[in-house]
Amino acid sequence: MFKEEIKGSLYIALKDLKMYYFKPPNLSWGIMFPIVMALAFILRNPSGVKDLASGLIAMSILFAATSAEAIVIVFERRTKTFERLLLAPLSLQAILFGKVIGGVIFGFLMSSIFLIGSVIFLGVPFSNTGFLLVSLVLSAFVFAAFGTLVSVAVKEIFDAMTLANFFRFPMIFLCGVFIPVSALPSFLHPLAYVLPLTYSVDLIRFFITGSYDIVHPAVCVIVLIIYSTVLFYLSVFVLKRRIER
Amino acid sequence: MMKNAIITVSNLTKIYKNISAVNHISFEIKQGEIFGFLGPNGAGKTTTIKMLTGLIRPTEGTATIQGKDIRTQIVEIKKTIGVVTENSNMYDELSVLDNLRFVGQLYDVSRLDREKRIGELLKKFDLESKREAKFATLSKGMKRKVTIAAALMHSPQVVFLDEPSTGLDVLSTRVLRAMIKELKALGVTIFLTTHYIEEAEQLCDRVAILVNGTIKTVDTPGNLITTTNSKNLEEAFIEITGLKEEIMLVEKEGKR
Repeated sequence: MFKEEIKGSLYIALKDLKMYYFKPPNLSWGIMFPIVMALAFILRNPSGVKDLASGLIAMSILFAATSAEAIVIVFERRTKTFERLLLAPLSLQAILFGKVIGGVIFGFLMSSIFLIGSVIFLGVPFSNTGFLLVSLVLSAFVFAAFGTLVSVAVKEIFDAMTLANFFRFPMIFLCGVFIPVSALPSFLHPLAYVLPLTYSVDLIRFFITGSYDIVHPAVCVIVLIIYSTVLFYLSVFVLKRRIER
Repeated sequence: MMKNAIITVSNLTKIYKNISAVNHISFEIKQGEIFGFLGPNGAGKTTTIKMLTGLIRPTEGTATIQGKDIRTQIVEIKKTIGVVTENSNMYDELSVLDNLRFVGQLYDVSRLDREKRIGELLKKFDLESKREAKFATLSKGMKRKVTIAAALMHSPQVVFLDEPSTGLDVLSTRVLRAMIKELKALGVTIFLTTHYIEEAEQLCDRVAILVNGTIKTVDTPGNLITTTNSKNLEEAFIEITGLKEEIMLVEKEGKR
């Protein structure tokens, strides 16, 4: 049973990757947007290029994992193709897990491009490849689950984009992507602690530079696991409520 | 209670915001039977199918399919049922072949069986020349055929057909009807909703007539025709649903 569910999830993920992810709009969100944002900051402060790598990688995961994820289910519900998945002998958890895995794979691939680019072009060193890759996957899971939650919570694609951006854009400035959280005014710190990107940036920073800004890497891992679990099961709960109505 | 009932529905009810779409309906369907579920628009046919196939949860009551409860064993039930919904819900971006492959994967059909089954279904529905065509590019009738083929990918024991002939041309409709008979011959149970009453008369062993979420009657087409003193099932349907007066009124308006 468990094996069938996992297989079903993977088939859903592969179908989503083929149909939605490797398309120009997603590639531009996952690659172009972080590059443009980073270039704007580099032009202003050329000496801080290496410090930017962890934020840039985390930002690419955030946008790559959520850009399609936040609209896929809304789109499939409108075209009635989501019914096709609901008719399959899979639990809601398995269906949504498949949806999340699609976002995780895409987020991981996009961030890997930035990671390799940072090593080649910026000469960024990193201390532990294995842990770094795990932190990328963990971060991608959090943001893909966030995208899934947005997607099951709204009815229109426009609403999904608005809701996703309501959280995504403030995170760029509050979570240490360009400016370390410790350098932010203290009244913004509570906000930074609430947002998952803070933990993602600090964890990746630790495996690149060997030091962290405000949160110990072990705490980052625990918080990201909690975020993944809560966001995923909240998505399942919201979808179940919609079906039961 | 029927001896060889494969579907047992008891007091099934769905209420949407105080409006009762399906109201305490109960009936049984025998193994290998073609059961017609007829009713005017908004009678609750699709809502009933959605409850039986796990797309929505009943407000009250329950049903069993092959002895399994739709409230607690829906994933198990889904393994043995095939569903053709009102809309052709396949993926526009994928080819006919990829759509069928994906459905086979969802039902955990092994690669070998999947490819064999796809070949059989493409041949049966005359879709071989369209195997690489994207679903979006197909005509309405072709889309319907692919959707029906997808519902049969895992060789289900029970097939729910919600308005399957909508959008099909004469030839495709005949192919579909022949296929329904063929499935029956194989022992497959068919739950059919249709607006074409002559289709139900031709195919169904028994029909249930649903009006405003309530079952008015369940019987064989022959018995319904006899008891209502009608010429055919359509007349009997009009009599039972109380549409006679409405139709006469519409015809009067038309003559003016």
